[in-house]
Amino acid sequence: MNVLDVKNVRKSFGDEVVLHDLSIEVPEHTATVLIGASGSGKSTLLRCINLLDDIDDGSIHLDSEEITDPAIDVDVVRRRLGMVFQSFNLFPHMTVLDNITLSPIRVHGVDKEEAREQAIELLKRFDLADKAFQFPDRLSGGQQQRVAIIRSIAVRPRLLLLDEVTSALDPVLVNEVLSIVRDLKHDGMTMVLATHEMGFATQVADEVCFLESGRIVERGPASQVISNPQLPETQEFLKRVHEAGRL
Amino acid sequence: MSTNDSPIHDSVGRASSWAPSERELERIAQRKVLARKRIAIATLSSVVVLGALVFAVVTSPGFTVVKETFFDVSYGRAVLHLVVRGLVTNIMLTVIASIAIGIIAMTLALLRTSRSAALTPFRILATAYVDIFRGVPLLLVILLIGFGVPALRIHGLTSSVLVLGTVAVVLTYSAYVAEVLRSGILSVHPSQRAAARSLGLSNSQTLRYVVLPQAIKRVIPPLLNDLVALLKDTGLVSILGVIDAVRAAQIEGSRTFNYTPYVVAALLFLCITVPLTRYTDRTLLRSIDRQNAQGAA
Repeated sequence: MNVLDVKNVRKSFGDEVVLHDLSIEVPEHTATVLIGASGSGKSTLLRCINLLDDIDDGSIHLDSEEITDPAIDVDVVRRRLGMVFQSFNLFPHMTVLDNITLSPIRVHGVDKEEAREQAIELLKRFDLADKAFQFPDRLSGGQQQRVAIIRSIAVRPRLLLLDEVTSALDPVLVNEVLSIVRDLKHDGMTMVLATHEMGFATQVADEVCFLESGRIVERGPASQVISNPQLPETQEFLKRVHEAGRL
Repeated sequence: MSTNDSPIHDSVGRASSWAPSERELERIAQRKVLARKRIAIATLSSVVVLGALVFAVVTSPGFTVVKETFFDVSYGRAVLHLVVRGLVTNIMLTVIASIAIGIIAMTLALLRTSRSAALTPFRILATAYVDIFRGVPLLLVILLIGFGVPALRIHGLTSSVLVLGTVAVVLTYSAYVAEVLRSGILSVHPSQRAAARSLGLSNSQTLRYVVLPQAIKRVIPPLLNDLVALLKDTGLVSILGVIDAVRAAQIEGSRTFNYTPYVVAALLFLCITVPLTRYTDRTLLRSIDRQNAQGAA
């Protein structure tokens, strides 16, 4: 069964159409990777799935329930989704531990002590236990993004959305963030990621979708789309990525 | 700003034995000379400017008269306790008013920044309120409420000038403070809201746990500024006959035709406002430092 079904979604900002009749299916325990140039619609698609932006047409289904129904409680839907942003967006006035436990305690009604223990467990697992009582501005970019990922999985989401989570990082810090994502994939987390890291995409993707101007131009396993692209648009894009040293 | 001067670490953080080079010692000596020069210039210019000011006042033709009617030290001592008693009223009024202002201003700011459709009429009212009370001089509001409300003769409504004066101050200041709070709320980046909402927090939880704590922290310096202004402006309720520091000084001064009590009242206000403004300055500089540090990270 699919965790996520995006059916014929259209989204525009004013006159500019950013998503054209776009569809993806994400089965449980799989990762769908969105690649494409900046402005191709990857981030917008993720924001629409998370109901941060309204769609113009089509529908989005989470576990076969339509979440784009206007009558649905968006807060309840978002409890089942995790989202990680390019710019981390940790809460600067809270410690790492409070960042992670805010949603479990306030939204999911987990007991405070229990939430803290679970958060510490997660921090330990990803080598951040010594940062639990630090404020985000004391952490490196890579550490901040790892905390942001932990924060989003602390509520055990059905689906994790990752929006270019390494694009704001120093090259040397990229890998520590990607390795967490690999671990989560290994644990069976269902996810949709937008990324410019093609090597990483090849490792975790069950399906790769290449977007251009809000359309999926080519889709398939990484062995096809990234290693052996069929369409000239995809080949051209990957050539440019290769020139930029990202492959 | 301050770098840790001890102990010295090399690039990988190991302590190393470092002695300043010949050139560095020269530079330290040079900086000392320059610093001494700067202090000398600052001192000299202060003495010249302040000295000229004092000289101009002291040698003015009416100075002896002014000295007797404004700076009569023994008379000042004699009326001190009366003015202090008045000042206690100002302080009490400030404390009570700031609590009420905090509550009303926060409500106004939240209404004005909300996007909920159900709150639209209240949003319009809040905007009108802020426009009106920021646009009318406080003195006029005090007069209108102080003399207008008792004239209504509504049964059970107070006609205490102290209460009515406080209400007038609260009404006006709530409009100012609401705008300060609103600017703080709007200054929190939308990505913070997005992060909170995507964690499943409701709109009000996002406000309470994410937006407001950051917003209030940022507007503490301007709020302290308003507190200083509030304390001084409580003196305006004296126009209704409330015996505060200003009124007490006025009563004494008009009895003896000596204005020393006014100077006493001014000095007493300064005793409270100067430490407050110094403190405000410090919190402002600290918050700027903090923001710069965040911007650099």
